[in-house]
Amino acid sequence: MDITQSGKSGLSNNDNCSCDCKNLDTILENYNNDPTRLMDILIEVQTQCGCVSEAAVKTIAKAINYSSVDVEQTLSFYHFLSHTPTGKYAVYLNDSAVAEMMGRDEIAKVFEEETGCKFGSVSEDGKIGLFNTSCIGMNDQEPSAIINQRVFTKLTKEKVAKIVKGMKNDLDVEDLVGTDVQSNILKQGPILTKDSNLGEAIKKAVTMSPEDVIEEIKQSNLRGRGGAGFPTALKWRFCRNAEGEKHYVFCNADEGEPGTFKDRVILSDRPQLLFAGMTIAGYAIGSDEGILYLRYEYKYMEEYLEGVLSKLREEGLLGKDVAGEKGFNFDIRIQFGGGAYICGEESALLESAEGKRGEPRDRPPFPVVKGYHQQPTSVNNVETLCAVAKIMHKGAKWYRSLGTVESTGSKLISVSGDCEKPGVYEVEWGFTVNDILELVDAKNVQAIQVGGPSGNCIAPNEFNRKLAYEDLSTGGSLIVIGEQRDLLKEIVLNFTEFFIEESCGSCVPCRAMTVQYKNKLEKILRGNGVAEDIDQMLSWENVMISNRCGLGQTAANPILSTIKNFRELYDAKLQKDTDFVSEFNLEAAVQESCKTANRIPNLGGDHE
Amino acid sequence: MSKILVNINGVDYSAESGKMVLKVANENGIYIPTLCHFEGIKPQGSCRVCTCKIDGRNMTACTTPASHRMVVVTDTAELEKIRATIIELLFAEGNHFCPACERSGNCELQALAYRYKMMVPQFPYLFPAKDLDAKNPKIMIDHNRCILCKRCIRRKLEPDNPSWFVFKNRGNKTQINLDHELTADFDDELAQKAMDTCPVGAIIRKEKGFDVPIGERKYDKNPIGSDIENKGVTS
Repeated sequence: MDITQSGKSGLSNNDNCSCDCKNLDTILENYNNDPTRLMDILIEVQTQCGCVSEAAVKTIAKAINYSSVDVEQTLSFYHFLSHTPTGKYAVYLNDSAVAEMMGRDEIAKVFEEETGCKFGSVSEDGKIGLFNTSCIGMNDQEPSAIINQRVFTKLTKEKVAKIVKGMKNDLDVEDLVGTDVQSNILKQGPILTKDSNLGEAIKKAVTMSPEDVIEEIKQSNLRGRGGAGFPTALKWRFCRNAEGEKHYVFCNADEGEPGTFKDRVILSDRPQLLFAGMTIAGYAIGSDEGILYLRYEYKYMEEYLEGVLSKLREEGLLGKDVAGEKGFNFDIRIQFGGGAYICGEESALLESAEGKRGEPRDRPPFPVVKGYHQQPTSVNNVETLCAVAKIMHKGAKWYRSLGTVESTGSKLISVSGDCEKPGVYEVEWGFTVNDILELVDAKNVQAIQVGGPSGNCIAPNEFNRKLAYEDLSTGGSLIVIGEQRDLLKEIVLNFTEFFIEESCGSCVPCRAMTVQYKNKLEKILRGNGVAEDIDQMLSWENVMISNRCGLGQTAANPILSTIKNFRELYDAKLQKDTDFVSEFNLEAAVQESCKTANRIPNLGGDHE
Repeated sequence: MSKILVNINGVDYSAESGKMVLKVANENGIYIPTLCHFEGIKPQGSCRVCTCKIDGRNMTACTTPASHRMVVVTDTAELEKIRATIIELLFAEGNHFCPACERSGNCELQALAYRYKMMVPQFPYLFPAKDLDAKNPKIMIDHNRCILCKRCIRRKLEPDNPSWFVFKNRGNKTQINLDHELTADFDDELAQKAMDTCPVGAIIRKEKGFDVPIGERKYDKNPIGSDIENKGVTS
């Protein structure tokens, strides 16, 4: 469906951001000078001013009783928050692997030529800033970019020229060119099919006891759709039974795994289903507050989603005495992230929602016991909560009849890359990779990246494997990589750089080893690798699995899974019959010093 | 607290429920190397050096509470390899020139490198360009030597909020950041405390140094961990 994108039109003509934000006091007042709402405060300032200036940091710090460096600590963690001006129009062009496959580099070049400024900088007149960004959840319509919170998809040279011209002429963002995010739902299944009266699903739940609601979910065998596959009913029971002053429901909509965009489609096309699921979760665990943690990249949906929430309140499905059940009060608010993949990890998400850096917490304690504000919190994936609403309406028995014995129900898969029909496909668990390739019309496939960079890269001999928790588990993305691609250079290197960029920096192996992996891979790509390099990379796996969170533990997967499944690609690039590392180039090494000393290198050989 | 039994390296030890595995081990004469751990402050588990096999999984001993019948293995070749690799990573990612450092001999990173007999890291040095922040009248922060253990941040030298030491940026661009306005009147006692909190030479007191000659410092004669390994069972 079409949703009107709610973006911000940027600064007015007269503002050039050396501002000490005129509305800052109002913003701070709106959030009661509450340090746990620091994310909201920073995002609003960033939106209004194009940066959070030194002066603004000081004012915020004073108001919330933080030190300035502490405000900066949060600010500097998030990709879309900036201390320095990002321009009246801040262009964030996706640089994910699939974007590059779809011609992103050429588009970047046109942006640079037309604006006269380079990526990572702002034009001299302060008008246009160009920045790279990790996957923005538009893999089915790349190349795409976010400009002042609006999304521009399927960019062509002509489109970019028009956009830049519009920016130079100070047009409103919505007037640059049509903004056109497609939903691309290409196969509907039990979740996406609109056959449920959601009001009835909620009514049905609230007439049962919370324990019975949890039991019904248990009978359905529903497992978390974020990737880890933890049984939803068990999570809820732990959370319900945990003591606290208040319980919280969180929906994790920080869909950051490159190649995944199925939550985007649920949010734009079935938000009522999601909110019904959150409400039922709230009833089950004994919570009156639900928080949708939504990635900054999806900010264009803000007004639309707020509208849906308002309507639900009018219908009595949110607010006081929900669905007529006396005493069950439940409402939902949206919490935006600031651009950080790591915040998809549930404890990092909670840290971020509390206004802090998105660093994962040590466990135990688990969020179900001590989560948001140290209170019992259930964090569930968007798709999981949608399944909850369907199960309440149609019953656990119905749900169990779908999928496989161990993986009941269906899965939304985001398919992108080298195929004719990229989009969202809802299939029952147990579908094979080959089944999907047929649906999306993919030919001459070299490899499939299952579950994004943190997942597994498989070769055609494994395409008969089933998508299921017991076989190929996935959070919801398949990237098709055609035979024409240089797998190591175009995909594996890109994914490895992604993990370097997105590490929170806390654990040593995640922060430092990812860089060593990248350097080693580049050495092999240059043709300087030897067999020992591969053995070393394999031996580091033990260190990586000692990281605290899933990001760190899987950050070497792009390399490790391709060494396992595509070893011949690595072997082909190694130096043959030598264990000598011939990387050192004396001539290149002395070039700089010779230039400084104004001498010609004399290497004592027959150098030309 | 109730008493429980924890099995460490094949031996059952009695322990208080909820006490961290690291502490239980140390009290029983078993040394587990650490870097981000600091007695008396909330553990963080960021350096990963104390990684042990706890009930079959790689977990940090400093953040895992002991529970009844928990099985802990602290010293397999695999674990020692993980620890040695992390030490090497830290040397490669920073600029650690021990001979010129005031903390040489008192440095936990250097001491662990000796323990693991590191001659040179298996990783190429990255030689990153890092700054030295000398704005504070009493201390210097040398980012070249910082291992981002967060001990200075977590110890909270300040009486209450607002924080003096914090992080900035993320990933391999992460660094510690000091609020210069709030610490402009740092006294000698706080400066010393800040320096003592740091496991390496990233926080150094100004106008004072080399009081004890290199060769006669903490780890020069007593290798790191030897105090725990030599004292045997104390509880």
